[in-house]
Amino acid sequence: MNALIVAALLLVLLGVSYQTGWSRSRALVSADGVKVHSRPQYHGSFVAIWAMLPALVILGLWAWFGGGITRDYTVSMIPADMLSALDQVGLNATIARINALASGYGVTGEIAPWEQAAGDALRSFQMLTFLGVIIAAAVAGGAALIYARNRITARLRARNAVERVINIALLACSAVAILTTVGIVASLVTEAYKFFTFINPLDFFFGTVWNPNNAGTAGNWGSYGLLPLLSGTLMITAIAMIVAVPVGLMAAIYLSQYAPRQLRAVAKPLIEILAGIPTIVFGFFALVTVGPFLRDAGRLIGLDINATSALTAGVVMGIMIIPFVSSLSDDILNQVPRTLRDGAYGLGATKSETIRNVLLPAALPGIVGAFLLAVSRAIGETMIVVLAAGNSPVLRGNPFEPVATITVSIVNQLTGDTDFAGPQSLVGFALGLTLFVITLCLNIVALYIVRRFREQYE
Amino acid sequence: MTDMLSTSRQAAPERTKLIRAGLRRRHLNEAIFRGLGLAAIILALGFVALLFADVVRKGVPAFTQSNLHLAVTFDPALIKANPAPARADFTSEAEFSAASLKWQRDLAMLNWNKVIEASLRAAAPAGFEIETKDLLTIAETDARHEVREAFVANPALIGQTVEFDLLASANASNWIKGNIDRSLGDAQQQLSAPARALIDTFVEDGTISNGFAWSIFTNVDSRAAPASAGLLGAFVGTLWMMLIVIVLAVPIGVAAAVYLEEFAPKSRLTDFIEVNINNLAAVPSIVFGLLGAAAFINYMHLPISAPIVGGLVLTLMTLPTIIIATRGALLGVSPALRQAALGMGASKMQMVFHHVLPVTFPSILTATILGVAHALGETAPLLLIGMKAFVASVPLSPLDQATALPVQIYLWQGNENRNFFEPRTAAAIMVLLGVMILLNGVAIYLRSRLEKRA
Repeated sequence: MNALIVAALLLVLLGVSYQTGWSRSRALVSADGVKVHSRPQYHGSFVAIWAMLPALVILGLWAWFGGGITRDYTVSMIPADMLSALDQVGLNATIARINALASGYGVTGEIAPWEQAAGDALRSFQMLTFLGVIIAAAVAGGAALIYARNRITARLRARNAVERVINIALLACSAVAILTTVGIVASLVTEAYKFFTFINPLDFFFGTVWNPNNAGTAGNWGSYGLLPLLSGTLMITAIAMIVAVPVGLMAAIYLSQYAPRQLRAVAKPLIEILAGIPTIVFGFFALVTVGPFLRDAGRLIGLDINATSALTAGVVMGIMIIPFVSSLSDDILNQVPRTLRDGAYGLGATKSETIRNVLLPAALPGIVGAFLLAVSRAIGETMIVVLAAGNSPVLRGNPFEPVATITVSIVNQLTGDTDFAGPQSLVGFALGLTLFVITLCLNIVALYIVRRFREQYE
Repeated sequence: MTDMLSTSRQAAPERTKLIRAGLRRRHLNEAIFRGLGLAAIILALGFVALLFADVVRKGVPAFTQSNLHLAVTFDPALIKANPAPARADFTSEAEFSAASLKWQRDLAMLNWNKVIEASLRAAAPAGFEIETKDLLTIAETDARHEVREAFVANPALIGQTVEFDLLASANASNWIKGNIDRSLGDAQQQLSAPARALIDTFVEDGTISNGFAWSIFTNVDSRAAPASAGLLGAFVGTLWMMLIVIVLAVPIGVAAAVYLEEFAPKSRLTDFIEVNINNLAAVPSIVFGLLGAAAFINYMHLPISAPIVGGLVLTLMTLPTIIIATRGALLGVSPALRQAALGMGASKMQMVFHHVLPVTFPSILTATILGVAHALGETAPLLLIGMKAFVASVPLSPLDQATALPVQIYLWQGNENRNFFEPRTAAAIMVLLGVMILLNGVAIYLRSRLEKRA
């Protein structure tokens, strides 16, 4: 209700101020026939910006501080002797009762006279402050409107002023990207720092046992060794690369060098469908189909393969990454200059010899960059591993056994309903920081290599 | 001259032979290499086909549900309830709602299973012997809630008999669909022998019939009553998040791209922003979840498990995609257009917003839809901001507790009743993939249409 009134008020102010500036500008033109610097819509926007800003500032201040002020007022209405007897929970309950009385909804049970009085007082306080804020915003907006309207002359550079405001708004939007990065780094570092006040960083980075005590108290937190998780992550990533790189690279070579145009037009988007499938779907596929299949296939040849294992997760992750590798390699192969290829053909090389001896060596840096990007993606992948890797954080080298990864442990330790008080949940941020740093380094190196490669042939 | 020719003629057959032999080997290598390439394509396409076929094969049976048609009698002997409280008897809204809550609680304390049992016995053939416990396994456990809610909504039903369309239990549904091996012994069956016999009788006389599983689309999630677990709550939660993503990510992303591509002076700051955006696009999604947990929930105290937090996290994730795509589109606009606008006296801002940006509209739209489709399937960050909590209601606002389609898939695949929930998970995946294919299709269609016009 209140929000609707505020929104309606702002809309009215917007319309009125724009219209004022617009008609003032038109009046200037028709009255004197002078040449006006800016077109009417810029004068309209100019007045609208002037009018909206103070109103928005006042409403914003109230949105930020209003709740606290109202609460303080409510607390001041509670008799002092009662107030001292209340703990935090009781205080909140009392405030809720007074609020319910003020809203007219009523409360159950006996209503103390002071409660009724407080409720009535709060109701009039709320009404008054709301009216006060609305009127203040309207008056400030109106005053700014009149000021801006009076500034409109034929020579006013309204367009430049409006464009300056738009420019600032655009800059603010691009700053969101920086804010996101700052937010990520700040939240990871501060929470990870809190974690390291519980657990020695050396025990974390070089510990070989991962066994968090989720019900633990001080002195009995459990062990938080990163190495089992890191080894699981690297093992799955390696398996994924063994699947994805040959298939993806050969697919890219075939599509860009051999395939007839029609096949390319059909096969390329079809392979890219793989890239659009949510990873949870791959996880389900790994869990119910690939895992049991690998287990049975292993039994046939006498291998003991777990249905949920590093192999299962790695193979499916490799499938997921195929389109990533193939489309990046495709781009890079297409950037190798034609002259290199033509030279090889002129010497009588076959197509495959050209590709192997000329094209691939020339494209190698770019392909390495693509490979690193794929690795970084595999390391950060979560859902496939959560479902199909078996979650067994033990340091071992057998890919047929279940493993756990960094991402799995983040999901397990941070379920969203714990407060960040103990190392059990804070470790999620230390793991996240590790993950962020690893992928960031890989990305920076990869992007650098790819950019260098592009510049080489430009 | 002639000498040289003759020696080369003499040497020719041997060299040709050598080259021929080499050629055969080289052509074989060529064929092998080419074959490997083709094999890679077939393998990749085979994976796509296999994945879709697998999901569809597993999911299709879940779109059939077993309906239980029961005539339920609201027997006053079984339902001993006070009359419902009336608003007029109370002074304040709070006291009235307390009283009606108490009335509903009293009703809930009654044993509604007795009502269901009586109806089931009435529907069974005369003289059929079955224990109460076994009989109740036929109807889904939420049948009694459904009957009770009908009574709460209309207390005048007491003493009457009403036809209800209820759901058969998940185990009954498994039995009817043949998800369970019928030849297994009693010990391995989840249903007792008389219950199985009665189910078969019910199927024959039409009390239980199979139909399209609308419950998947119209119900919210349920743990106690698996057969009635549906996707509605998750779907609405996803809808809220996508709304937030579109409302926030598109304007901010396009504005940022316009600034960076058209207005930004070449400075340290803009370089830094650029590097930032490229790196953000490659940050693992789970890190965005950590950001959401620490910044939005722990620091700003936004509600946990709420679509608003999920929407914000997904917005930050989608932004780089939209910025990069929009920048590419702006870069592709012909310089002639810009020069023409500037030549006619437009300011730079006018040139960009009146002439350049409208031309890039199809690309921006496509990038937006693809970005949203990607955000739609994202699971990991949502787990970290508490959206994996069990929520059995439709979120009416972005501040309510909710879950999302991919998270619902995650939750269902972990359910213990595998026989029943594996198909249901696959069905949920089919719904998710269906929405994504729809979005992608719309993107392709719009792009081709808009580009033709432009």
